Amino acid sequence: MTLQPAFAEKRDTTAPLLSIEGLTKRFTGRGGRTVYAVEDVSFAIRRGTTVGLVGESGSGKTTAGRAILRLIEPTAGRAVFEGTDLFSLPERQMRAWRQRLQIIFQDPFSSLNPRMRIDAIISEALDARGFPRGEKRRERIAELLTLVGLSPDHARRFPHEFSGGQRQRIGIARALAVEPDFVVADEPVSALDVSVQAQVLNLLSDLQKRLGLTLLFISHDLSVVEYLCDEVVVMYLGRVMERGPARQVYADPRHPYTRALLATAPVPDPTVKRRRVPLTGDIPSPLDPPSGCVFRTRCPHAIEACGGAVPPTETLGEGHAVACIRHRELAAA
Amino acid sequence: MAGAASIAGREPNLLMRLVSRPTALGGLLVLVVIALAALFAPWLSSHAPGQLSIANRLTPPGALYLMGTDDLGRDIFARVLYSGRTSLTVGFLVVAVASVIGIVLGLVAGFFRKADAPVSRLIDAMMAFPDILLAIALVAALGPSAANVVLALGIVYAPRLARVVRASTLVIRELPYVEAARALAVPTPVILVRHVLRNVTSPLLVQATFIFAQAILAEAGLSFLGVGISPDIPTWGTMISVGRQYMSSAGWIMLFPGLAIVFTVLALQLLGDGLRDLLDPRLAKDI
Repeated sequence: MTLQPAFAEKRDTTAPLLSIEGLTKRFTGRGGRTVYAVEDVSFAIRRGTTVGLVGESGSGKTTAGRAILRLIEPTAGRAVFEGTDLFSLPERQMRAWRQRLQIIFQDPFSSLNPRMRIDAIISEALDARGFPRGEKRRERIAELLTLVGLSPDHARRFPHEFSGGQRQRIGIARALAVEPDFVVADEPVSALDVSVQAQVLNLLSDLQKRLGLTLLFISHDLSVVEYLCDEVVVMYLGRVMERGPARQVYADPRHPYTRALLATAPVPDPTVKRRRVPLTGDIPSPLDPPSGCVFRTRCPHAIEACGGAVPPTETLGEGHAVACIRHRELAAA
Repeated sequence: MAGAASIAGREPNLLMRLVSRPTALGGLLVLVVIALAALFAPWLSSHAPGQLSIANRLTPPGALYLMGTDDLGRDIFARVLYSGRTSLTVGFLVVAVASVIGIVLGLVAGFFRKADAPVSRLIDAMMAFPDILLAIALVAALGPSAANVVLALGIVYAPRLARVVRASTLVIRELPYVEAARALAVPTPVILVRHVLRNVTSPLLVQATFIFAQAILAEAGLSFLGVGISPDIPTWGTMISVGRQYMSSAGWIMLFPGLAIVFTVLALQLLGDGLRDLLDPRLAKDI
């Protein structure tokens, strides 16, 4: 398998490839009410690394991923990609950038047009970057199918002839066909059988290393994120609660929400005891988020001051940051 | 098996696959027979469609007149064959006109949020009129001619297709494969045709077969009301309209053009059903 030389060189892991600053997305819901889907989300992704975006359903992680790619128009914020603010580009100019930013979808069944054969689906992606037609293209499609662990013989089949895991591989092949720098993987394994999840995760991890991809991995599964990601961003009700290097956040979670999430994640070692933090109730409605800290309604440590102002994001060093006014006293306790 | 054929790189073509669906094939054969009969009408009938024979008026079906004669002694068989030319042409052209208008309106209303309200209200407004009334108004405005009858009926039936297309488009617009295409910067018109329209074909085909049948009947209504195609040109619809007066005494005048419509519509529906399945790769399992 020959890789494009450009891929191998893209492995400078210091400079951020993409900086998200103050990303906000509000929808106008029924009756003109505002849905606060994503509020003031900021984080940076360095080249060749994987950032995990975690949170419960309804936390706005998928919306954030879509908004970064401008598949839905962000309400406010900046997304600086190689010095260019993607959000300020007119749609016409954005088109030129699109092939550098790709997406892998959650649902492998609706992410492939049921009436198109696999080669046509991948071909459409190759069209986007002006890849020549003919024999060369057929070879490239075969190459891409092999890259994701499928057989070139599969090219003339329709999506319904494949299993969920195989379809997800096709989706990955389509995203990689344009040789993107940055890929948003939106819960790419949550719709798959557990036995297949590991295969697809290994494939993603392997491709990421081989091609030097920069990944934004959206997931609600903390163990998956721990396995795959260099950094994590924990979201709750549209806001970032905590972010930082994965190892650090997992070893020393500072935000009560992160702690609660980690406490609910199963640990395959019965001798490990984690501090149990009860997390009860449901995520509040984004139509009417709580004042101040959005997590305070479910937080076991909430005090009156939490309802005052949105807690500022405090940096703890090494990129670890937390948005909780009580994190110091809680860490000491 | 579909899979085996795919690996070999050779696809059985649509006509070949149609053979595996007896009902659809039957529909196609009946349509072909009706179309050929209409086409070769002069060779198949011994009488001219307009030839009067007062002595033989209202003759029941028999050896001389296969389907009998009407009140003016004209050969019903010849008239059914010749009428087929007009009726089938009108049916196909109305479906074509309605499809073009309906698909465009439906895609625009369904895909572009801002266009939805105005286009949908236009569709609602058009559907508020009874079909025939709107057709009469349009023909009156455009002037009575065969082309204008087709155009008017096409406009009358377009909103139904537009609604079907819009409803499906609303669903497909939100599907990840459309998002994937947008992420690849595929131009919007290409997305509309390749991803949206292609997945709307099933309900579209079903509607189109209905419209074909209704167009034949509506054209009859217009002719009956005197705003249709010139009364000199026989159509199945006009034959039924005229035969209505003799329904109890000489039912065959109505019966045979009626049967022609029934068989055509039935054949079309069977074919449409089969095509819908064959065009959908998920259902196109070769037996």
